Amino acid sequence: MSTETPLIGDFHAAPAANPLSGARIGVVTFPGTLDDRDAARAVRLGGGTAVPLWHADESLQNVDAIVLPGGFSYGDYLRAGAIARFAPMMNKIIEAATASSGTRLPVLGICNGFQMLTESHLLPGSMVKNDHLKFLCRDQVLRVENTSTPWTSQFTPEELIAIPLKNQDGQYLADPATLEALEAEGRVVFRYVGENPNGSRNRIAGVTNETHNVVGLMPHPEHAVEAGYGPDDATGMRSGTDGLTIFTSVIASLAGGAQ
Amino acid sequence: MPRIIVEVMPKPEILDPQGKAIASALPHLGFTDFSGVRQGKRFELTFEGVVTEQVLESARTAAAEMLSNPVIEDVISVRVDDEGAA
Repeated sequence: MSTETPLIGDFHAAPAANPLSGARIGVVTFPGTLDDRDAARAVRLGGGTAVPLWHADESLQNVDAIVLPGGFSYGDYLRAGAIARFAPMMNKIIEAATASSGTRLPVLGICNGFQMLTESHLLPGSMVKNDHLKFLCRDQVLRVENTSTPWTSQFTPEELIAIPLKNQDGQYLADPATLEALEAEGRVVFRYVGENPNGSRNRIAGVTNETHNVVGLMPHPEHAVEAGYGPDDATGMRSGTDGLTIFTSVIASLAGGAQ
Repeated sequence: MPRIIVEVMPKPEILDPQGKAIASALPHLGFTDFSGVRQGKRFELTFEGVVTEQVLESARTAAAEMLSNPVIEDVISVRVDDEGAA
């Protein structure tokens, strides 16, 4: 793919009209998933093709990346995300995300999807009930602290974003050694800004794995992708679309460039 | 039918929000003798046949790998329930 800026007056056809639209992002639906439709819409608004995947199937249908959306898979029975972890589709995702050769599949877990990723040991730590014991739903400011993942490549370092947070089991925990390693290796991707909304250790809202292809976060970027339906921001009521950058980032990364 | 009982508790160093909520509700019902509550889980695994050491080992593995999450929970015990034995 050419990276040269075309000369003014160069009437050669632009390289591959829109290479980004070819990116196929799988969105997995489990029994009890709530936000799969919103996640698929976010993928489309970001310029990709959303491919619905079903938890009981074993084919990833050659998708280029995976979104595990939020909700209450299996009613949060046993532990949030614990049963989903054993779904046939999850086994395929774990294999593809940890492949020792070739490209490792980019995987994003949102809320319950993040809980599935920790239960699968693709990401360290775990979530327990919010320290204040209540379900919390509000717009939440986060700092993006790692822009080297395929899901965050289009954010500027330390960028502040506002996206909805809505959960009951949102308190991120890990043992002190794990927390120290996450901080030392720059694997905290998103951190809560302002009052800690749920008691998460080190105010962690999202983390990535050692190879940076798997990212999980508790707040919901897929609910902040379209003006009129996002958080309030400086330009107006419900105008916030900060979440969209996560989806455009992965699509751009798949197209071969981080920018 | 024999049963294997698996008990799982939140790790002592981790705040147990459910236990905390129960502890704060107890005095409202007049139970003022208790200074704390921790809430865990008890699983009853039924098994058709005689529980051998191999079966028990399989239950221990299930307890460690699925019934508990080692980041936040400890397996307290995995034992055969004699009273449930047929």
